Amino acid sequence: MKKRANVFLWAGGIISGLMLCIIILGYFWTPYDPTAMDPKAKFCAPCLSHLLGTDNFGRDIFSRVVDGAGTSFFIALCVVAIGCLAGILIGSLCGYYGGLPDLILTRVCDSITAFPAFLLALVIVTVAGPGTENIILALGILFIPSFARIVRSEFARCRELNYIKSARLMGAGGARIMFRHILPNTFPVLLSAVTIGFNNAVLSEASMSFLGIGIQPPYASLGSMLSDSQSFLHSAPWYALGTGGAIVLLILGFSLLSEGLQLKGQR
Amino acid sequence: MKYFIKKFCTLIITLFIVSLLAFLAFQVIPGDPTTALLGTEATAEARQALRQELGLDQPVLVRYFDWLWNFLHGDMGTSYNYRMPVADMLSDKLPITAILTLMSFAFTVVLSIPLGIWAGSTKSRALDLGVTVLDQIVMSVPQFFLGMLACYVFGNIFRLFVPGNFVSYTVSWGACLGYMVLPALSIAIPRIAMTVKMLRSSIQTQLQQDYVRTSRSRGSGRSKILRRHVLKNALIPVITFLAVSAAEIMTGSIIVEQVFTIPGVSRLLLASISNRDFPVVQAIVVVVAAWIVIVNFVADLLYQLVDTRIRLR
Amino acid sequence: MANVLTVKDLRVHFHDAAPDRFAVDGLNLTVAEGEIIGLVGESGSGKTVTAMSISGLLPREKAQVSGSITLDGHEIFACSDQEILTILGDELGVVFQEPMTSMDPVMRIGPQIEECLRNHRRLSKAQRRQLALEAMAQVELPEPERIYRKYPHELSGGMLQRVMIAAAIVSRPKLLLADEPTTALDVSVQAEILTLLKKLNRESGMAIMLISHDLHVVRKLCSRVAVMQRGKLVEDRPMEDIFRNPRHPYTQQLIAAIPGRDRHLF
Repeated sequence: MKKRANVFLWAGGIISGLMLCIIILGYFWTPYDPTAMDPKAKFCAPCLSHLLGTDNFGRDIFSRVVDGAGTSFFIALCVVAIGCLAGILIGSLCGYYGGLPDLILTRVCDSITAFPAFLLALVIVTVAGPGTENIILALGILFIPSFARIVRSEFARCRELNYIKSARLMGAGGARIMFRHILPNTFPVLLSAVTIGFNNAVLSEASMSFLGIGIQPPYASLGSMLSDSQSFLHSAPWYALGTGGAIVLLILGFSLLSEGLQLKGQR
Repeated sequence: MKYFIKKFCTLIITLFIVSLLAFLAFQVIPGDPTTALLGTEATAEARQALRQELGLDQPVLVRYFDWLWNFLHGDMGTSYNYRMPVADMLSDKLPITAILTLMSFAFTVVLSIPLGIWAGSTKSRALDLGVTVLDQIVMSVPQFFLGMLACYVFGNIFRLFVPGNFVSYTVSWGACLGYMVLPALSIAIPRIAMTVKMLRSSIQTQLQQDYVRTSRSRGSGRSKILRRHVLKNALIPVITFLAVSAAEIMTGSIIVEQVFTIPGVSRLLLASISNRDFPVVQAIVVVVAAWIVIVNFVADLLYQLVDTRIRLR
Repeated sequence: MANVLTVKDLRVHFHDAAPDRFAVDGLNLTVAEGEIIGLVGESGSGKTVTAMSISGLLPREKAQVSGSITLDGHEIFACSDQEILTILGDELGVVFQEPMTSMDPVMRIGPQIEECLRNHRRLSKAQRRQLALEAMAQVELPEPERIYRKYPHELSGGMLQRVMIAAAIVSRPKLLLADEPTTALDVSVQAEILTLLKKLNRESGMAIMLISHDLHVVRKLCSRVAVMQRGKLVEDRPMEDIFRNPRHPYTQQLIAAIPGRDRHLF
C-alpha cells in the first residue's frame, strides 16, 4: 500500500509539476501572443511551429491553452483559498466551542453539500451576473462547507484529547489552543481536501465557462475555449483535443496526488 | 413505518425550505427587474404598472405563498422575457432532460454494480492496478469533454449518428432513446468509475470482517459468502453515493445537452440566466432541487430496508 | 474410545516470519469422542493458529503447513478447498471470541443459525426453522421465536454468544471448537456460557475443544488440559493432575497467575 501511495504521489507530482511550470511560465511568456490573429494560418494542423495547431482566427492553440490554463488555475486557486480559509475559521470555531451555533451551521453545511455546487453557483451567477470575480465568489462560498466540515470534525475530536485538556489546564487561551495545538493536526486531512477541492473548482469553472456563464470574452479559460472549439470539431479536432487534454491533465495530476495522500493517510 | 412517516415529514419540510430559499434568492437581486424589461428610460408610471402586473408590490412573504400556491397548481409564473407562462415553456423541454437524467442514472446503476462486484470479488494484482489506473483517468475527464470525444469519434469518424440531429420522443421513442445513448453514457461513465471504485473498496473492507470467517466456518464457500453476506453489507455505503450521483447526473445532463444539442431545459436555462429572466431560472432550480431532495428521500428509505440498524438511531 | 480429532506433528510456518520461527512446532494432540479438552497458552503461543489449522481457516498463501490433522476420518491437509467446506459446519462447529463482530450485522438471527443446515442438509424451510428453534432452546435462549426474527445489534453480548453456539451446534457436529468464547463477555455471563457448554457436552456427547489464555476458565469446564508455549506442547494431562502437580515451569507460572485464593481450593 505504501508503495502504491508513493507511485500515485510521484505520478501526480510529475504531471502537476509539469503543468504548473508551463502555467507559471505562461504568465510571462508564450510562444505566440495568445490573442494575435494570423489570417494566413487558419486551422493549421499541429506541427513544429504550432505545437497544437491554430484555430479559426489563426491563433496559436498551444499559447491559448497555456493562457487559458493559467486563468483556470488562478480561479481554482482563489476558490480553494476562499473555501479553505473561511472553512478553517468556521469549522474550528464550531468544532471547538460546539453548542447551538455549531448545530445550526452543521445543518446548513450539510444541506448545502447535498446540492451540486454547480447548481448553486448557477443561482448565484444568475443573481450577481457572470464574470470572473462572481465565479470566484460563488464557487468560493460553495466550497466553504466541505472544508468547514472536515475541520470541524477534527476539532471536535481533538478537543477531547488529553494533551489539549492539559494545555487548557495550563492556562492556554482558546485561540492559542485552536491555532497552535489543534490546527496543525488537521493539515494532513486538509491537504487531501485541498487537492480534491482544487479539482472540483477546476471542473466547476470549466463547466460554467463551457456553458458561457463563467469567464466572459475577451478573457478565455479552458472551459470557454472548449466551448468555442465545439463548432470546429469536424474541421479542426486538434483544437478540442488540445484544450480538453489540458483540462484532463490538470485534473489528473491533482487527483493522483489526492489519491496518493489518502492512501498514505490510511497506513 | 414510523421511520417512513418521520422521513416523509422531513421531506416535506426540506422541500418547503428549499423552495423558500430558491424564492428568496431571487428577491435579493440588486436592480429592478422592470429596468431589464422596460429599459432605463421607462417612465415611473409604466414601471409602477408593470410592478403591479408582476405582483412585485406585495410583501415578500405574501408573494412567496402566492408563488408556492400557484407553483403547486402548475403555474410557475410568467417569463419576464417572453411574457409566456413558464410552465408552458418547460413542458416540452423538461421531459427530455428527465429522460436523459433517468437514462444515465440507469446506466450508472446497471453497469457500475455488476462491474464493482466483479472488480471487488476478483483477486488479482493486475486487475487491481488496472481498475485503479483506469478509474483515475476516467474520473479526470469532464463529462462535456467526454461528450465531445464521443461526438467526434462516433459522429465524425464512424458516422454512426449525426450530432444535432435529435428526434423528440413525441415523434419516435426509439430514435429519441437511441440518440440519447451516447450523451447518457458520457454523463454516466465518470460516475460509473467512481461507483466501481467505491463498491470495490467497500467489498474488500467487508471481506476482512469477522463474519466472513464465521460464515466460512459454517461451510460456506467464497461465492456463497459474497452472495449471502458481503454484498448486502457492501452496498450500504454505495446507496448514499448513488443518491449523490443522481443529483450530479441531473446537472451533468444540463451540461451535456449543450454538447449534443439536445433541446432540453439547458438552452432555456442558459438564455434565461443571460437575460436575467428570473421566473424561468427559479422554476428550473426548484424542479432540480425537488428531484434531488426526493432522490435523497428514496435513498433514505432504501437504506433503512437494507440496514436495520438505523431504525434505532 | 475413538478419537474425533488427531493432530500429528503439526508445523505451521508463516512466510513473513523468521525462517526458524514456527507458529506451531511439532504439535501432537488427540481429542476423544465426548471429551472436553482445554488448549491453554499466552497470546502468540500458537493455540489460535492450531485452531485455525484444524478448521481450515488458515490462509494457504500466507503459511506453510506440514504434519497431519485427522478430523473424524478426514485428513484436512489432503482435502481440497471444496472438501474442507463439506466438513466445516457439519462435523466441526466453531465459536469465535467476538460474538458481535462475528455475525452479519444486516441478517436476522434465524437465517444465520440456519446457515450450516443450508450448506449441508437438504431440508425444507420449515424443517430448517424447526431445527434452528430447537438449537436455540437448547442454548437456553428465551423466546426463541422472537429472537429468531431479531438482528444482532438488538441482542446483548451474552445472548449473541448463545446464538453463535446454537449456530455451531445446529447440525450436530462431532467436535465444537471454541476459541476464547468468553473473553469478550462479562464475568457473570462467562460463567453462564461455560455452564451451557458443559451441559451441551453432557446431553449430546459432543466433544469440545476450548481454547483460552485463562487457566481459570479452562478449569471450570475441561477434563484435560494441553498447555502450549511458543508453538510447542509443554504439557497434556488430566485437569486435576495438572493443578495438583504441574511439571513444566511454564504451567506452574500459569497456575500461579490465577488470582487469589482459588488456587488453594485444589
